[in-house]
Amino acid sequence: MSINVENLTKEFDGKKVLDNISFKVDQGEILSIVGFSGSGKSTVLKILCGLLNADSGKINIDEGDVAMVFQYSALFDSLNVFDNISFALQERKEFKHLYTKSQLKELVAKSLNTVGLPGIEDKFPHELSGGMQKRVSLARAIITKPKYILYDEPTAGLDPIASTVIEDYILRLRDETKATSIVVTHQMSTIKRCSDKLIMLYGGHIVFRGTPDDLLRQDNPYTKQFVSATIEGPMKIAASDF
Amino acid sequence: MANIQMYLKQTITYQLFLMFLSHVKEFFETFGNIAYQLIQVLKYLFTFQINFRQVIEQASRFAVDSLPITLSIVSMTAIILAMQVAPEMVKQGGKDYIGLLIALTMVREVGVIMSGFAIISMIGSSQASELATMRVTDQIDAMKVLRVSPFKYLFLPRVLAGAIMMPFVVIISSAFGIIAGGLTSMAAAKDVTWLCYVMSVWQGLYIRDINIMLLKSACFGGCISLISSSCGYDAKGGAKGVGLATTKAVVWSFVAIVIIDGIFAAAFYF
Repeated sequence: MSINVENLTKEFDGKKVLDNISFKVDQGEILSIVGFSGSGKSTVLKILCGLLNADSGKINIDEGDVAMVFQYSALFDSLNVFDNISFALQERKEFKHLYTKSQLKELVAKSLNTVGLPGIEDKFPHELSGGMQKRVSLARAIITKPKYILYDEPTAGLDPIASTVIEDYILRLRDETKATSIVVTHQMSTIKRCSDKLIMLYGGHIVFRGTPDDLLRQDNPYTKQFVSATIEGPMKIAASDF
Repeated sequence: MANIQMYLKQTITYQLFLMFLSHVKEFFETFGNIAYQLIQVLKYLFTFQINFRQVIEQASRFAVDSLPITLSIVSMTAIILAMQVAPEMVKQGGKDYIGLLIALTMVREVGVIMSGFAIISMIGSSQASELATMRVTDQIDAMKVLRVSPFKYLFLPRVLAGAIMMPFVVIISSAFGIIAGGLTSMAAAKDVTWLCYVMSVWQGLYIRDINIMLLKSACFGGCISLISSSCGYDAKGGAKGVGLATTKAVVWSFVAIVIIDGIFAAAFYF
């Protein structure tokens, strides 16, 4: 259940966002993709989960559900938490007649327990805090027992404590589901705590690959600039990229 | 040569030409998207993959939300028509035809088109902004990642609800319009009695007219929902994108129902 990406290329309006990038994530591993805004991190995730088509390249993903946790949760705001989490089970052909209403309730309750939010089935997304919405989004992602989980900036916009809680759940879900995960993030704490390995993107290329420890240790000018968060360095960020 | 090219590119004519080309491109893009989405909707309809819970929810919103405004607009139009026409017709000796005129106007044209306009502003705009908001907040992407088709879950129930409920809305509002027209005629012109008005209505109204009205309104309802959903679904950007998508949905729906109205008039009354 690994993800193998070979020579992935994607252009938007003539600008190469991804230029021949290749990487591999083994089963149960967490790969972090880091880089400045506009470096193509989210584009990789969107291609992997089928929201975008690559211009060229090969993606080898074994059979199995791919789940994605979106940057701003993307909960359906007209549905309550129960319907949000059980959405795929209620609407997809292969699940539709598999569960009775009471079994669905049990599954949703179990899923909410996993993310530490029992008893909020009747609440609507606007009644939840940002951190709670993220956790409901996690619960929605895992209910179909996916083999792959993609996280798009899972801790963006959260306070440090809520970020730590989300990071704990990412690790816990990996351990419990043995899912192969990819986390797109800029947060150093998420990189250090959650990644088994990481790649850094810049200008459509992978400019670094290694472990979180390598990121801090290596004498790579790109990682140095990223870790020290300085403007001076090989990565030039245009104002339009923010 | 390069200087001439640069000069030409700065002229207003060139800029207007570019603007025209971008509008033409946008028109064909929108038209193509609507056609593609219609095919997707029909695919799910004919394979009977219908979410009835969503259809009922959308149908109740379509009918209940739009009925007060539709009734008001159609009735007001009938009242204004009767105020202007009834005294003149009595003067010309045509008091026995007032009901006929108002009923035919309501059933063949005003009831349907005015209801259409009211529904576009009430329901179409709401559908477009709802889907556009879902698009810009990644909810539609989330739906796709969960492997649930937005065409099946969002489009089909709305299009079906529109096609089923619009005839009901139109028939009720047209009936109200005819009644309001009668009451106004009685008030506006001497010698016009309720009995005379009702007899005149039955005299010229055929079942064929009502059938055409129902068919046309079902087309209007489905078309308004399809265009509104499509414009919302293709929204880009943030709050501005939602606003633009809503405006586009209203404009395209207005134009579409006028064109459909013309096609019906040419096909059945020309």
